[in-house]
Amino acid sequence: MDTTWNYWLIIVGVILVPLIIAPGLIWLERRFLGFWQDRRGPNRVGPLGILQPIADAIKLFFKEDWIPPFADKAVFILAPTIVVFTSLMAFAIIPLAPGFVVADLNIGVLFFLAMASLGVYAVVLGGWSSNNKYSLLGAMRGAAQMITYEVFMGLSLMGVVMMAGSFNLSEIVMAQKGMWNVVPQFVGFAVFFIAGVAELHRLPFDIPEAESELIAGYHSEYSSMKFGMFFLGEYIGITLLSAFTTTMFFGGWLGPEFLPGVAWFLLKTFTIIIFIILLRASLPRPRYDQLMNYGWKILLPLALINLMVTGYLLL
Amino acid sequence: MEAVFYLSSLIAITATALAITRLHAVHALLFLIVSLLALAILFFVIGAPFAAALEVIIYAGAIMVLFVFAIMMLNLGKQAMEWERRLLSPRIWVLPAILTLVLFAELAYLIAIRRGGAWSEFEPVLPAEVGALLFGPYLLGVEMAAFLLMAGLVGAYHIGRREKKQLHRYLKEEEQ
Repeated sequence: MDTTWNYWLIIVGVILVPLIIAPGLIWLERRFLGFWQDRRGPNRVGPLGILQPIADAIKLFFKEDWIPPFADKAVFILAPTIVVFTSLMAFAIIPLAPGFVVADLNIGVLFFLAMASLGVYAVVLGGWSSNNKYSLLGAMRGAAQMITYEVFMGLSLMGVVMMAGSFNLSEIVMAQKGMWNVVPQFVGFAVFFIAGVAELHRLPFDIPEAESELIAGYHSEYSSMKFGMFFLGEYIGITLLSAFTTTMFFGGWLGPEFLPGVAWFLLKTFTIIIFIILLRASLPRPRYDQLMNYGWKILLPLALINLMVTGYLLL
Repeated sequence: MEAVFYLSSLIAITATALAITRLHAVHALLFLIVSLLALAILFFVIGAPFAAALEVIIYAGAIMVLFVFAIMMLNLGKQAMEWERRLLSPRIWVLPAILTLVLFAELAYLIAIRRGGAWSEFEPVLPAEVGALLFGPYLLGVEMAAFLLMAGLVGAYHIGRREKKQLHRYLKEEEQ
């Protein structure tokens, strides 16, 4: 009875925590961007501006929720839910501490990849159902970009899977007791991280929504909380990518004894989140064909070579 | 587990039927995706988690995205829906429906003679076993599939290359 109760607590926690972290990240991102760009960032609502996300949410809720008459209504409503749903689902397999996991699946890594690949539909359907040429262009770019980067996102993880001999995330963490995977699998880490940022179509890879050319691309027709859902999904996605990278490459909950495992996990996750924000602050957006060339001609061969070398060394 | 099995079978069958009868191509594809996801859950329930994951990653996540992508590009209008409506006349669907019914009868018969507990006796097939089989007794098949894919890749590259000549005028210098 006690263990079932604990289990339910874990489930509720794993659903709620990303939903709370995501708006917090918006504040964190704007503060850090302000810091790096030598300005203050939000600092009026609450101490250090920490209540800014709440003010933003209230503003979004009170905006008119407009569905364009030329849109495909059912699909238009469905699209923003997909992105939030898939990224929250993927949290189920991430172990925060020994035994602190919703579903300790034997196919954990594959489950993450499956949810990531379903996330493409949010962009594609959102852009298509808006029935607007800019949105359609954004959706097209998004689909091509995400399908491309999915390929070697999966391949780059296989080196880690080979070293641990399992798709199970808890076992992958335990296999990093001697050394974090980021050292022997540095190439895999680099390819995975770049592909992950591109898969989130996060700056600098925000080509599907490039404001300056596509007026926000696939979500330009969205307003109010439907737009808010895309926004929320993006920040949950950042948290998910950071948590997954921590698990796969930075030893998950492992760390010196003086802090509990969960604290180490959160510390590493937030370091990676801040690194993603730094990427946004420092890199320009590549052109579309540059992105494709970079993916197929550099990252894919790198991932394959990494896989071959890992296999050779392990055998 | 049995309830999950029957529920997702029901969803799979309903979604597939809807996918066939929808007139709007993108809506039909969405139902097809739902049906593939339901199939993935079926695989999971009968003890094949690896097949379930691949079903989602490859079929629902990659192939169907390409389908949606292609149909999105065609931007079919009202005319295409008229066309679809004519395609759905009974003359066309009766024969396939009868053939499928025969298959369904066979399946029902097979399930009936097993007398319950059909899925509890299956051992889960783990990824490692699938890998060992693929690179053990079935190595020849895997290699042949790899050859075929390579040929497809080279072919696609050649077809794609010819069209590159009509690129945007600013990009001409990079393409010699």
